[in-house]
Amino acid sequence: MIQRPLIFSPLNPISPQVSTPTTPLVNAVFPKPNRGWIALSSSFQLPELRLQNYQLTLPPLVCSASDSVTNQPSMASQDEQDPRISKISSVIRVIPDFPKPGIMFQDITTLLLDTRAFRDTIDLFVERYRGKNISVVAGVEARGFIFGPPIALAIGAKFVPLRKPNKLPGEVISEEYSLEYGTDIMEMHVGAVQAGEHALIIDDLVATGGTLCAAIRLLERVGVHVVECACVIELLGLMGRERLGDTPLFVLVSST
Amino acid sequence: MSAHRDTDPRIHGIQSKIRVVPNFPKPGIMFQDITTLLLDPKAFKDTVDLFVERYKGKDISVVAGIEARGFIFGPPIALEIGAKFVPLRKPKKLPGKVISEEYVLEYGRDCLEMHVGAVEPGERALVVDDLIATGGTLCAAMKLLERVGADVVECACVIELPDLKGRERLNGKPLYVLVESH
Repeated sequence: MIQRPLIFSPLNPISPQVSTPTTPLVNAVFPKPNRGWIALSSSFQLPELRLQNYQLTLPPLVCSASDSVTNQPSMASQDEQDPRISKISSVIRVIPDFPKPGIMFQDITTLLLDTRAFRDTIDLFVERYRGKNISVVAGVEARGFIFGPPIALAIGAKFVPLRKPNKLPGEVISEEYSLEYGTDIMEMHVGAVQAGEHALIIDDLVATGGTLCAAIRLLERVGVHVVECACVIELLGLMGRERLGDTPLFVLVSST
Repeated sequence: MSAHRDTDPRIHGIQSKIRVVPNFPKPGIMFQDITTLLLDPKAFKDTVDLFVERYKGKDISVVAGIEARGFIFGPPIALEIGAKFVPLRKPKKLPGKVISEEYVLEYGRDCLEMHVGAVEPGERALVVDDLIATGGTLCAAMKLLERVGADVVECACVIELPDLKGRERLNGKPLYVLVESH
């Protein structure tokens, strides 16, 4: 079902707000609890292309959106941000010049110190993915291990850690991926997931998308369908979303 | 009072889901692999529930988890008991100001770090990891918390290797585990 009025509404809450470079830009990509999907961020960047992808890749998620046709929020409230988002954004700390000069590091540890904001972060993901036949939540080491398990537990999915090399015991499959300089390797246990399962990939942040891409490849190699990648933060301007190709990306907060 | 771990029916299910991988990371080590536990949503939930039942309502405001497998168990516990989650990390992973605690390994040393300001003096804290062996890592974790004036109420692990006597290394602090492996 095409939620055209919601996606292309001029009141689309995805329009970036003005912010300084050091302030996380709050991008209102969020689900309305019990009111279906509003303005999936994956549809914002390339509307025509994404519309087709929306139909092909999102049917399991659209099930709740069909409810929203009858239970739609008012157009005015579509323009409102979920009130939880701005709090979450405000407790993410930006550390300049870490791990090296010029990098503005998005530190989620301060989010974890705010019990309400951490709870809200998890809730926002759980509200989106509960009841959608997702049986696997894969989390990227190490900060994906913080957000993935609570989501998995709440939606009744298994948690699969995706790890740096030589950490997982027993038989693994490996996927090499590029870094700015050199390469790294991501591993997953053989047998953790079955062909045909539907999976989410969780990490705290998406930058260039290289890590998430490697995670997608690992899961697809064993026949798993990656429904969506979900991160707390997206760094805009690094083409991460585009790098994920057909796999949608859902984030709570965007930052320049 | 939480269910006693020796008699709670959930324990057997949890134990049966832990996979032992021989000769990892090196010959002679029987590695206790909790990833298979994480593949069973009910057993994983039971694991978290057992800790939550023990610690809810005990005025614990900090759950500190040891990188990386402590990051899997710590946050769900923290969320359920309304505590903050504090990651204790290998060196140079945490941005900003940290305090460090060095500890001894079988060969050589390692270091655990915590953010300055994450924990206030007087806060009651748990330390969570998947497993306790010699207790060296947990000891370093406790020291980090105590150095900033926190009160470590208990260390909590899914698995204990009792033959390595880690429990004795905790300076009298209590240890709670779900499963023992000899």
